[in-house]
Amino acid sequence: MTIKGKAYIAGIYEHPTRHAPDKSTAQLHAEVAKGAIEDAGISKDDIDGYFCAGDAPGGAWPMVDYLGLNTKKLRHIDSTETGGCSYIIHLGHAAEAIAAGKCSIALVTLAGKPRTGAMPPRASGAEVDFETAYGATTHNAYGMCAMRHMHDYGTTSEQLAWIKVAASHHAQYNPHAMLKDVVTVEDVLNSPMISDPLHRMDCCVVSDGGGAMIVTTPEIAKSLKKPLVRLIGHGEAMKGPRGGKDLDLTYSAGIWSGPRAFEEAGITPKDIKYASIYDSFTITVLMQLEDLGFCKKGEGGKFVADGNLISGVGKLPFNTDGGGLCSNHPVNRGGMTKILEAVRQLRGEAHPKVQVKNCDLAIAHGTGGLLGVRHAASTAILERV
Amino acid sequence: MSEVKKYPAPVTNPETAAFWDAAKEGKFMIKRCTACGEAHYFPRSICPFCYSDKTVWEQASGEGTIYTWSLMRKSPTGPYAIGYVTLKEGPSVQTNFVDCDLEKLKIGQKVKVVFKPTDGAPLPFFTVA
Repeated sequence: MTIKGKAYIAGIYEHPTRHAPDKSTAQLHAEVAKGAIEDAGISKDDIDGYFCAGDAPGGAWPMVDYLGLNTKKLRHIDSTETGGCSYIIHLGHAAEAIAAGKCSIALVTLAGKPRTGAMPPRASGAEVDFETAYGATTHNAYGMCAMRHMHDYGTTSEQLAWIKVAASHHAQYNPHAMLKDVVTVEDVLNSPMISDPLHRMDCCVVSDGGGAMIVTTPEIAKSLKKPLVRLIGHGEAMKGPRGGKDLDLTYSAGIWSGPRAFEEAGITPKDIKYASIYDSFTITVLMQLEDLGFCKKGEGGKFVADGNLISGVGKLPFNTDGGGLCSNHPVNRGGMTKILEAVRQLRGEAHPKVQVKNCDLAIAHGTGGLLGVRHAASTAILERV
Repeated sequence: MSEVKKYPAPVTNPETAAFWDAAKEGKFMIKRCTACGEAHYFPRSICPFCYSDKTVWEQASGEGTIYTWSLMRKSPTGPYAIGYVTLKEGPSVQTNFVDCDLEKLKIGQKVKVVFKPTDGAPLPFFTVA
């Protein structure tokens, strides 16, 4: 059994807002749902699968009701919660459900307002008494990964800075991006240290907003008007400290989700023309590129340097919307926007200044949770048909 | 920054109560599986490696080396350094480094456990040995 080619992304929508104090979170979900439905050219009442994660107020049943989905038709619901990569996992699960005949038109939504107000704390697991007091946050959890990566492989802050530089080159063309100024390696190194060794410009933005997609069968996708983009490979994985045995923070669960997706797709990283890589921090990108096989473990620093991730300049154009580092990071969850920009690239709808020529194969990859503690990863390989 | 930072008291549960009882006596405990011989942290009743229920409490030396660290430069309670310590006994544990120059921490540096009070059982931290 494979999901290769069994599901198409027929509709996408990214909310243009980056700050929405005047809207409710549920409202943002509805706005992105409406956008994706209209982009696909389907009717809301045809939706028979719904996917959401922890950002959906109240979970699936209040959302299904609020969104006015057709409950006579709705027959597949999935609220898998794996932080920022939830939506990449949802894409794979939607494809599985479609391949199994459990639904034919799935809606996936993400939205929220962490810029307007603080997000509720993450629910704790069995580790609570043994970890909570130590104050692991995104900044320092990813800082710990970067610190060890530098120690083991000689990775430098200059190399990490190139990732932000590349994102900023792309963001200058995105009218919705929060940070549109092109920055230099020096700018990144001169920005304040937040949590060693990560500087402020190694960190993504905090933004309100959201995004949604419609996933459907090959037959329905072909009956619609949008360029055809299909899922040909998918992987998901999790990693944690495992009782403290052989702790290694220099790799992520992407080391497992990536090969699973590539194997299913029957391609290799060399075939990829465009990469959406979750960029919660610069180190996130560097580690994911290694884990996905774009370069050897430990050589990510060399790989990202000298503009290699800049569209039209380097070998692997990445996050051409400006990514989380410059454009947006709705609900502190970057997985959805990674898929959306990959679909734009495959459709030929990216900004002309960053559109990759003959873009027929793209990857959208993300992680969720804390890379330095416990996390999930998911990889989707998408093809233009 | 001289004021004493207040840490949350562990809630504790039947599975981990013995750890916190020992902490009150200044002992840092780990769990070891008598079936596969592996030590682990934080403590579980079922060995996370071989799934045997033959796990026993063991007082650890409280000594280890810094696996990694990160100094959070700003927070509502001031700067703090989070990290992992690889214990002499094997497992790596998440912690904060205290009572030492946080700007001079180094991977591989030798550290030892110290307990800090809470309103309940004391919490383990590490400082430069």
